[in-house]
Amino acid sequence: SITGACRAIQKLTRVRVVDNSTLGNTPYHRPPKCIHVYNKTGVGKVGDKILLAIKGEKKKALIVGHKMPGPTMTPRFDSNNVVLIEDNGNPIGTRIKTPIPYTLRRREGEFSKVLAIARNFV
Amino acid sequence: RFLSPEFIPPRGRTDPLKYYIERKDMIQRRKVFNIPEFYVGHVLAVTTADPCARDKSKRFVGICIQRGGKGLGATFVLRNVIEDQGVEICYELYSPRIQAIEVLKLEKRLDENLMYLRDALPEYSTFDVNMKPVPRMDHEEIPVNKLQVRMKPKPWSKRWERPKYNIKGIKFELPEHKMKAAQKWSQPWLEFDMLREYDTSKIEEKIRKELSEELEK
Repeated sequence: SITGACRAIQKLTRVRVVDNSTLGNTPYHRPPKCIHVYNKTGVGKVGDKILLAIKGEKKKALIVGHKMPGPTMTPRFDSNNVVLIEDNGNPIGTRIKTPIPYTLRRREGEFSKVLAIARNFV
Repeated sequence: RFLSPEFIPPRGRTDPLKYYIERKDMIQRRKVFNIPEFYVGHVLAVTTADPCARDKSKRFVGICIQRGGKGLGATFVLRNVIEDQGVEICYELYSPRIQAIEVLKLEKRLDENLMYLRDALPEYSTFDVNMKPVPRMDHEEIPVNKLQVRMKPKPWSKRWERPKYNIKGIKFELPEHKMKAAQKWSQPWLEFDMLREYDTSKIEEKIRKELSEELEK
């Protein structure tokens, strides 16, 4: 989906849920949208937590890729990708097929469980 | 002979000493690490060093969409579609983190800038990660692929049918009146504008001489 000028993730951006959870994959007449970014600035980059509104529920999620070009040598994805997460950091799905940037590996302490279910790294 | 586009200094009023020093550093790096000759449209495999990867190094295969920047900050963007997700990575040519660049497939395309591949059907950007390097036949010509790419339905990220982008590699399936309406934005006086001329032939000769002298040492 296409965002306006920002191309990173902020409030009211439509995101694409990438894991194989039922919440993320069942079709709904409204796409999942970001309602809050847990960041000092309201702009979310890779590795930030956000609040999503999916199917009338609020769920936390982790950003794994966005359309905005970042620092050189980091990948830039063609869609804003997000992985659904609980409050304590446990992912809801069991597998992530789409590629995930290696930069998340740096924060192994917080994201170890998400990295464990990821298959491809870029 | 081939001269990499980042050696040619941009038009401006900066002291040529700055570009001379940069070129010395670029030649120094090229002596240590071989940067092969490649154009936009080649399929490359780049291995970079990374502390947070398993085995400390990671490999990415993709088609070169554009080459930008001059001097030591020269970059090239590789694009590939992995598991239905388009990924683009912008690499710096002279970064010490790059460990190897291999050219897997040699072919030029009709344009200098393949950014329209983002709006084309994903099959035109998919390349196998374990592709074997295609052996090169002649040491003279690089084949030009006259492939006309089919696009996804509009809206696109940029209006590629406009003459400003001058793209020859897309098979436009738009109706005639839309193509004619796009020609309204053509600026035919631009190619005759004398203030925009930048003749690089003499500069290129000097730089080629410098390069050949330095690389023989």
